[in-house]
Amino acid sequence: MKVEQISIFIENKSGRLAEVARVLGEKGVNIRALSLADTSDFGILRLLVDNTDIAQTTLKENGFTVNKTEVVAVEVPDEPGGLCNILQVLDDAQVNVEYMYAFVERNAGNAVIIFRFDEVDNAIAVLNGKGVSILSGEKLYSL
Amino acid sequence: MIWNDEFETLPREALESLQAKRLQQVAERVYATVPFYKQQFDKAGVKPEKIKSLDDLRRLPFTLKQDMRDNYPYGLFAKPLDQIVRIHASSGTTGKPTVVGYTKRDIENWTELMARSFTAAGANRGDILHNAYGYGLFTGGLGAHYGAEKIGASVIPMSGGNTKKQLMIMQDFGSTVLTCTPSYSLYLAEAAAEEGLDIRKFKLRIGILGAEPWSEKLRNEIEEKVGIKAIDIYGLSEILGPGVGVECIEAQSGLHIWEDHFIPEIIDPISGESLPDGEQGELVITTITKEGIPMIRYRTRDITRIIAEPCICGRTHRRLERMCGRSDDMLIIRGVNVYPSQIESVLMDIEGVEPHYMLIVDREGTLDTLEVQVEVNEQTFSDEIKVLQGLSRRIEKEIKDLLGINCRIRLVEPKTIARSEGKAQRVIDNRPK
Repeated sequence: MKVEQISIFIENKSGRLAEVARVLGEKGVNIRALSLADTSDFGILRLLVDNTDIAQTTLKENGFTVNKTEVVAVEVPDEPGGLCNILQVLDDAQVNVEYMYAFVERNAGNAVIIFRFDEVDNAIAVLNGKGVSILSGEKLYSL
Repeated sequence: MIWNDEFETLPREALESLQAKRLQQVAERVYATVPFYKQQFDKAGVKPEKIKSLDDLRRLPFTLKQDMRDNYPYGLFAKPLDQIVRIHASSGTTGKPTVVGYTKRDIENWTELMARSFTAAGANRGDILHNAYGYGLFTGGLGAHYGAEKIGASVIPMSGGNTKKQLMIMQDFGSTVLTCTPSYSLYLAEAAAEEGLDIRKFKLRIGILGAEPWSEKLRNEIEEKVGIKAIDIYGLSEILGPGVGVECIEAQSGLHIWEDHFIPEIIDPISGESLPDGEQGELVITTITKEGIPMIRYRTRDITRIIAEPCICGRTHRRLERMCGRSDDMLIIRGVNVYPSQIESVLMDIEGVEPHYMLIVDREGTLDTLEVQVEVNEQTFSDEIKVLQGLSRRIEKEIKDLLGINCRIRLVEPKTIARSEGKAQRVIDNRPK
């Protein structure tokens, strides 16, 4: 089960992040999770939102470069060692992680880890094989 | 199609003897009527009556843009003002503009050469010619206008700017031929896409593009994105305006220069020595029919080479390779000569990279630095940093391989590099003078 993520190219200039947040807010798009990777010149903002299509169209209309990628959202107990267990599973199966980020669910006491894999289908098969809980898009957006 | 069969296909021998005769006449005429030329000839120790053959041309002194400024506004005119029917002036980014004047016959000749140029480019009676060159002091608009009327095309005198209206007219009027700068043709395609229009579905079939140097790669890009045959046209106001030379649609390889009106030479821009056909250097042009303001060995600052081999189109007039840049635009970065067009060709070679770029030259300590700003688009963008950094490194490496200099690529957001509606500005040089 894969989840759609949008990525946005952001120049290192003041106000660009705020502009992304503003145009999404105006369209009623809610951001569920985000991560910002930065270099000296530019950053890549990755977002999970409740309506990927509207977010993508809105940002494009406002002149941003946007693309869509598929990521995997994994639910783990929010307790010491929770992340380690998952990473161990992936490492044992020699699945490479491109990048990841995480957030904590408000009520359920779980953490959600977002993974970007090169070989996403293989990664899902490995996680399923170990009984790891993978969240669907619907579930994730409604958290 | 050839507009003027007799002159455009004149055998070389006859063409050269016509040139020699006209050269002799113009040398005598300017010596007698323009004090500046008399002084220059005298200083060089050349008597006009000694100019008998084309080889004698080399004995004449060069004329520079600065000479035009020094004789501002009318000092180089060879006819009294009551015989001048039109005055144009260059944009003149620094100081006073350069001023040129045309007699009635000059306008007729110009119109004839533009008619030849349009015909060579594949335009005909029946075409709807959308002229987006600026009308006014700039020669582009009116020069193209007269030539287009001459061939019997229906001319839409759009002039530059107001891009949305340009697109509306182009679509509604069914324009088939577009005349503007190459960078503006791309900008039109982009602006159309933003309006939700596909310019490739318009009736446009040919673009006759000039007034700035552009690369073969950019041509491919324009042909693809605008959906036209893109033809290069060359001209400069000091010599005539547009219509000094043009590519033929048959070969699209090199610009025929109308040699019954102009004598081209290539020189080494540093030493001023004449270079043989085929070698790259600065283009020098002598006008041999112009009355209002004849030019003797005018240094155009444009870098090209002469292609002497016959062309498949049947015209006997030699060709100039497409301009690779201007010696004025040439940047010297850490001692290396760099033309913006060279960097453009590197960028065009990389799949997905936009043709819009900006070169920022600066100095850190004693070392020149070059930053190349490149726009990221959906094709080149990735959610992974390593992919974008890989793109930067690849461009840096290819520039290094071609020019031998290190540069730094800065990826910028789409449409942040200024689009020009006239000549594209590609360089910002922040080095202390």
